[in-house]
Amino acid sequence: MIQRFLKSREAILLAAIFALTALIWTRFPGFVEPANLARVFNDTSPLIILAMGQMVVILTRCIDLSVAANLALSGMVVAMINAAFPGIPIPLLLALAVGMGAVMGSINGLLVWKLDIPPIVVTLGTMTIYRGFIFLISKGSWINAHQMSPAFKDLPRADLFGLPVLSWIAIVVVLGFLLLTSRTALGRSFFAVGGNPHAAVYTGINVGRTQCIAFIISGALAGLTGYLWVARYAVAYVDIAGGFELDVVAACVIGGISIAGGIGSVGGALLGALFLGIVKNALPVVDISPFWQLAISGGAIIIAVAFNSGSLRSKGRVILRKAEHTA
Amino acid sequence: MPVSSDAPRPGSGSDTPVLSLRNITKTFPGVKALSEVSLDLYPGQVTALVGENGAGKSTIVKVLTGIYRTDGGTIEVAGDQVEFATAQDAAEAGITAIHQETVLFDELSVAENIFIGHAPRTRFGLIDRSEMNRAARALLTRIGATIDPSIRLRDLGIANKHLVAIARALSIDARVVIMDEPTAALSHKEINELYELVDRLKADGKAILFISHKFDEIFRIADRYTVFRDGQYVGAGRISEVSEDELVTMMVGRSVDQIFPARSHQAGDVVLEVSDYRHPTEFENIGFTLRRGEILGFYGLVGAGRSEFMQALFGITRPSGGSVRIEGRPATIHSPASAIAQGIVYVPEDRGKQGAVTGLPIFQNVTLPSLTQTSRRGFIRLAEEFAMAREYTSRLDLRAASLDQNVGNLSGGNQQKVVIAKWLATQPKVIILDEPTKGIDIGSKAAVHEFMAELAAQGLSVIMVSSEIPEIMGMSDRAIVMREGRMVAELHGPDLNAKTLVRHAAGITEAAA
Repeated sequence: MIQRFLKSREAILLAAIFALTALIWTRFPGFVEPANLARVFNDTSPLIILAMGQMVVILTRCIDLSVAANLALSGMVVAMINAAFPGIPIPLLLALAVGMGAVMGSINGLLVWKLDIPPIVVTLGTMTIYRGFIFLISKGSWINAHQMSPAFKDLPRADLFGLPVLSWIAIVVVLGFLLLTSRTALGRSFFAVGGNPHAAVYTGINVGRTQCIAFIISGALAGLTGYLWVARYAVAYVDIAGGFELDVVAACVIGGISIAGGIGSVGGALLGALFLGIVKNALPVVDISPFWQLAISGGAIIIAVAFNSGSLRSKGRVILRKAEHTA
Repeated sequence: MPVSSDAPRPGSGSDTPVLSLRNITKTFPGVKALSEVSLDLYPGQVTALVGENGAGKSTIVKVLTGIYRTDGGTIEVAGDQVEFATAQDAAEAGITAIHQETVLFDELSVAENIFIGHAPRTRFGLIDRSEMNRAARALLTRIGATIDPSIRLRDLGIANKHLVAIARALSIDARVVIMDEPTAALSHKEINELYELVDRLKADGKAILFISHKFDEIFRIADRYTVFRDGQYVGAGRISEVSEDELVTMMVGRSVDQIFPARSHQAGDVVLEVSDYRHPTEFENIGFTLRRGEILGFYGLVGAGRSEFMQALFGITRPSGGSVRIEGRPATIHSPASAIAQGIVYVPEDRGKQGAVTGLPIFQNVTLPSLTQTSRRGFIRLAEEFAMAREYTSRLDLRAASLDQNVGNLSGGNQQKVVIAKWLATQPKVIILDEPTKGIDIGSKAAVHEFMAELAAQGLSVIMVSSEIPEIMGMSDRAIVMREGRMVAELHGPDLNAKTLVRHAAGITEAAA
């Protein structure tokens, strides 16, 4: 039933995206041209990649607020290495970015697992620490386009079968997560841990370890995005992607990933990210102030959450009432 | 109530009940928790409510405190018929409860806990802290407690928290004080202090409902008793006119006949051997053997340490000592995953909380611990997964529209089938069933018993934790009785009877009975 409901929920989100696009089309027909839509997708790719990682974290009843700081630190490190040693091959830098991100994710995960600190506190802390690190290593200076090697900057923009590599990476990540969530024991355990942690324990699933793995996945994707981001915009500084973690969480929430854990889907997170991406890209071209853009994102989050709690009311509320009484 | 001809004992108060429950019925879906029960509480007297686990004691407490609404019957307070729609109504009628785990606020001060909801105010409408502390100190002195009313509650021990709860009861001028196993977590000295306090409350004219499993304390402080069994009223009277033996008979005597499946017991080789299992706080010296095809019952009162032992055996908690042999070979169980891998599975008591993952469909719940068997190169083969789920759910005769259906939408009995199917799919050697029929209706109970017998007949060894005497007697080949974390008896054959079970579980010596 929930699956069916989720499907219909994704359908609603898809309809909302179509309606939004149609509305934009009436004002600015050029927006729906395939080339432009591909541009919007490419622009939304970092958000999509990060939303996949955030999704598994949220599925296990955690949250990762450090993704944007992780992204910025990984991006800064590879940019500085590239500036200092332009000869180091790009695949090596890419692997380094992913590895660094995974290490930062594992710090989050281990703190949550071994010390049992609430995830929101852990990642709020590491978010600030990782940002602080960027300042320490860069001393506040920027790495600019002319300091980066052409190979470094070109990879995300390189054309492959008509789409930039950045878009292809997002597509591959999404397909990978589809496989992970539907066809692997690890994917199942994310749902089990968030859906009923007590039952998961009795099933032989290590709850803390599963949450830690979710953080490592989220961190690794943040590291990957760190390189892509810095290379695509050809600049690295302390504040890149500042506040982007909120967009990532918002994409998941709009996409129907339950903040209470255990419910969600790859399709939902993808559509949530696309919805935000379209809003962000379309509003400037139809001449709506960026402040409206924030209001629309915020409104979408609240509608999505109200939708979630409303549809679960029949069960969720009764449980709450019982708990209040027995307490 | 007609005036009794008995001579009133000193301090026994009047013979007109301050609170009368008549023909109270409470049904939950599929279960009749209370069936036309009656209960009278008299001012200045202690009434002990006696019954096995599941007799309806906690349900009646929830009715009395306005947490549950009744489906029938009347409640009279001081002769006036009342209705408790909310907990507030019950509190206003002067009924207050002191629970096993006292429901108070750890972060507030003692005085704030006593006066929360009815604190004295200054003329500006703000809480009058000095007046509140003064009044709190006066109340605490009245019950003989020397607690500083301004300290935080979390800094007090459990006994002192009880005193605060009692002071709160006095502050709202309670007429009826319910004490639900108040001595469960207290030391010997603290228990004696509690008895003195109960005497003082009696002298104050409070009617006290005292719920306890310990016979010595019932005979020490109660004036009257009421016995429930299986949600029905069995009898009531004066404690001075009843013996321990008569009370036990009233508690366990059966009115409803339950039919258990006939079993031809042919136990095979020893599958599991536990010796000297210990835990720092929960249990000690647990040792037994379990044979193939055997059903071993674990009986005891709630809190006797049975579930705690099972959780250690299943690797959820670590024992501090002892050893396990599985099929003769020494085994180390360090996590639930290793227990499952070595053939031990555990179906927990609280299935809602610990059993099914309600967000996942049926088939994914069934295969959750067995995914390695349905995977090739790390990827789940959906067809094999579905086949496995279909095989085990059909063995349990699970009725569902589709295996794709969400578990959350199934009935309790069917959810339990999903949980059991999940464990059978791991092909275990030993299955631990913790209170397998708690809270399910009589028809489903019979089905679970039937199924348990079938599992044993197929060579599976079953450990059944149960607080229901007929279930222990009807299903077990042998039964182990635990009390206060210790194994106190291993019974089989003619010794496996209701009275022996209750005596060992409650700690009644043979001489006293």
